[in-house]
Amino acid sequence: MSIAELASQVKSGQRKAADLVDESLKALENKKEYDFFISDVADRARSRAAEVDMQPFGRLAGVPFIAKDNFLTFGGKTTAASNILRPFDAPYQATAIERLEAEGAICVAKANLDAFAHGSSTENSDWFTTKNPHDKSRVPGGSSGGSAAAVALGVVPFALGTDTGGSIRLPASFCGVVGYKPTYGLVSRSGVIAMASSTDVVGPLAKSVEDAALVLEVMSGRDELDSTTIDRDEAPYINLENEIKGKKIGVVQEYMSKGLEPDVKKIIDESIEKFRQAGAAIEESSMPSLPLALAVYYIVCPAEVSSNLSRYDGQRYGFSATEAKDLDESYELSREQGFGAEAKRRIMIGTHVLSSGYYDAYYKKAQIVRTKIINEFERAFEKYDFLVGPVTPNVAFKIGERSSDPLQMYLSDIMTVAANMSGNPAISVPAGTSDGLPVGLQIIGPMRGDRGLLGAARAFEGLNR
Amino acid sequence: MAVSEAVRKQYVPSIGIETHVQLNTNTKLFSAVGNDARGALPNSLISHIDTAMPGALPVLNRAAIGLCVRAALALNTQPQKFSRFERKHYFYPDLPKGYQITQYEAPIIIGGYLDVPEQHGSFKVGIERANLEEDAGKNTHPENADYSLVDLNRAGTPLLEVVSQPDIHSPAQAKAFAREMWLTMKYSGVTDGDLYLGQVRFDVNISVSKDSGKLGTRSEIKNLNSFRIVENAVAYEIGRQIELLEKGQKVVQETRGWDEAKQKSLSQRGKEEAQDYRYMPEPDIPPLDLEDEFIKEAGKDSPKLPNDYRESFKELGIDPKNIEDIVSVQDMTEAVQDIKTKAGPAHARRIAFWLHWKTGIYEEEGRVKPAPVATLISLDRMIKLSQMVEDKRLSSTAAKDVFYEMINDKREPQEIAESKNLIQVSDEGEIEKIVSEVLSQNAKAAEDVKKGELKAIGFLVGQVMAKSQGKANPQLAQDIIKKQLGL
Repeated sequence: MSIAELASQVKSGQRKAADLVDESLKALENKKEYDFFISDVADRARSRAAEVDMQPFGRLAGVPFIAKDNFLTFGGKTTAASNILRPFDAPYQATAIERLEAEGAICVAKANLDAFAHGSSTENSDWFTTKNPHDKSRVPGGSSGGSAAAVALGVVPFALGTDTGGSIRLPASFCGVVGYKPTYGLVSRSGVIAMASSTDVVGPLAKSVEDAALVLEVMSGRDELDSTTIDRDEAPYINLENEIKGKKIGVVQEYMSKGLEPDVKKIIDESIEKFRQAGAAIEESSMPSLPLALAVYYIVCPAEVSSNLSRYDGQRYGFSATEAKDLDESYELSREQGFGAEAKRRIMIGTHVLSSGYYDAYYKKAQIVRTKIINEFERAFEKYDFLVGPVTPNVAFKIGERSSDPLQMYLSDIMTVAANMSGNPAISVPAGTSDGLPVGLQIIGPMRGDRGLLGAARAFEGLNR
Repeated sequence: MAVSEAVRKQYVPSIGIETHVQLNTNTKLFSAVGNDARGALPNSLISHIDTAMPGALPVLNRAAIGLCVRAALALNTQPQKFSRFERKHYFYPDLPKGYQITQYEAPIIIGGYLDVPEQHGSFKVGIERANLEEDAGKNTHPENADYSLVDLNRAGTPLLEVVSQPDIHSPAQAKAFAREMWLTMKYSGVTDGDLYLGQVRFDVNISVSKDSGKLGTRSEIKNLNSFRIVENAVAYEIGRQIELLEKGQKVVQETRGWDEAKQKSLSQRGKEEAQDYRYMPEPDIPPLDLEDEFIKEAGKDSPKLPNDYRESFKELGIDPKNIEDIVSVQDMTEAVQDIKTKAGPAHARRIAFWLHWKTGIYEEEGRVKPAPVATLISLDRMIKLSQMVEDKRLSSTAAKDVFYEMINDKREPQEIAESKNLIQVSDEGEIEKIVSEVLSQNAKAAEDVKKGELKAIGFLVGQVMAKSQGKANPQLAQDIIKKQLGL
């Protein structure tokens, strides 16, 4: 059943929000072994459900969802899966949460993630590693791994994630759900714990493109609390037009060459063939700067991370080392004990690339290449309506397989980061399975082309059924 | 100090001043919280943006940009259409985000100048740049406590940091520049300018060189909040540097603090050694791209600047020093100007004297007073009073008394003068009668005057004034005395 149908059943009185919430809360317990959530928001969810049932309202009336734990929410802690925020109670809610609640949606739990969204597997969580719903010995992808697992396990119809370098699309691909990364600025970042401000976006993970589009519909648009937000489309994001027939689609060559697992390649090739049969013109497209995107990302992102994590200093909220004897020690011990290894790694890299004498060599150069990537995307979209390729070169890897080698872990994002550096919208849609493990197809759209992209993804879903 | 005046004269001091101007917006630079912390309880003017809660994003205050436009125009330049913000990183409890949002590579003002009056004429000081930034909070360290307190009310207050060229060459010029910058920013409505509250603060950069074409190594003295302190600090620092150089030592480029009690600058080195601020573009605020329409709107109705008034007041024939006193108080200046426009220079001159006389209670320079006299008495009532003097119905001395009464007494000046029995007698017959009496009672003095001892006439006028209970028109009395004595 679609989210829209579910909401209309609640509105017509056929179903109770309280029952939907209880079902989700029960499912949380039943599926606990997957370690996909950090905390539930049961009390608040139940009272919100009672409110909705009194007079059902909104396009998401009574629909339960799970938010990644880097969204500030009432009713429980907001931790970003980091020890430094373990005791943190949010004094306000993220705009995305507020907008969902205004349409009747109910947050039931906070999903696990790599601490501060730094990672591709949830192994960097200070709580636990989430297990892949299709194979418990494997990772769900990250950093929105808990969110993707929750949807794949059927605990909630949708979940919220954030995507800074692929953090929605990668777990969506690994868990076999739809993961949507909107155009940069389409959804407010206010109340979302910042990772890299210039590439962070908020997006939905859901069972279908239509569901994801409805959630985007509710969350998107300008927010006076986030100056980088943009106006939403006038036309609805739930796009029922056939966006494939007669369209020109570019296959990103840089993503199709070496390093791609044969099964993944096969599934992507088959998907492309389906586009062709549905009437799209397929061409090979080359974007020579794309292979540089990962290198650029791992300069720009840590630079912003090092800056954004400065506020976690143990002085005002969150974890504070009580044994510190003076101010400097309080800073040092609070951050030393509060941050995990990956946050520290990124703070060090970021601090280094921004320091005087290195700024020009790293950060400035990275920005130049970033501009080049943006230009290449712009040129590509003069020619093509969409670009397609894999989300990641392989299926979900084994827990522990990459956690000892950060470089290997960083490579998981190699095909997703470019759209973050440029701001383009991109989606991961389930395209097939390899030995029972899901493989996602990535479709990238032009800037602000979210509506068309969702239409194409929806049409592909139909072809793939 | 061992350096002689002759040696001192071999050196040219060059001084650049950074002025931190607190903008008088209603709300803070990046949050919708009140910007006026006067009298507010600590940490009562804060939001999740000011406390740097997770997920909080800065939202730029449009009004602050408008004030920057006005500041640019007052500094004789146009604002930069394109500017952007940067993050400047350091850890300190008064800086919750761990970075200050400021402008670095592309500030909102580049260029411009300030024409600064000095004793004879004026000198021009170039403006290098001015950047918009947020202020930090305030730390206090209670005595004998093992903790410090942080008040974030001031965190996020908008500041415009105006950086001058090193075009200032003496302590007196430094003081004059600081005062003129303060006046200019106040007059253009950019700041309330209360120096006591630190709404305008100065950092001075000082160097000396024997070669006027070359700057020496500079030192910086930060956070000075009065013109006198700027002057003293610059004078001290020039002396200190010359003494060092004369001893064959070097001036170290460093930040120094000013010890007001000791009248000395002290090295603060070590504290900020190798500070690397790791500037980075602020990704949460899109770059500014001002539209012409916005600039036009923000710059319209820009008030007159101090130099405009100085020019206008020249024809009043007031001593330049007194003009400077008047210009120090914007309300007074505007009142005098309005009176000049409405009633002419004679009234303006007379009322300017009254106002200036009453500024005694506002002598503390740079302190914004709650209700300056110029705003307590309506211009119309001032002009009416001045007209009474013009019509010889009131003596100048009596008029001053009435003027003083008028601050609290809201009646018409005529009524006040009457009730105090101050209306002047200009009836010749009446005065002739009094003069005859006075002359007959003071024959000796009358004889002296006749002999040419003109000093004595003052005594006789005084007697007439006394007899008339101060109401006689003194000029008329003198004329009649002379007439009756046949002079």
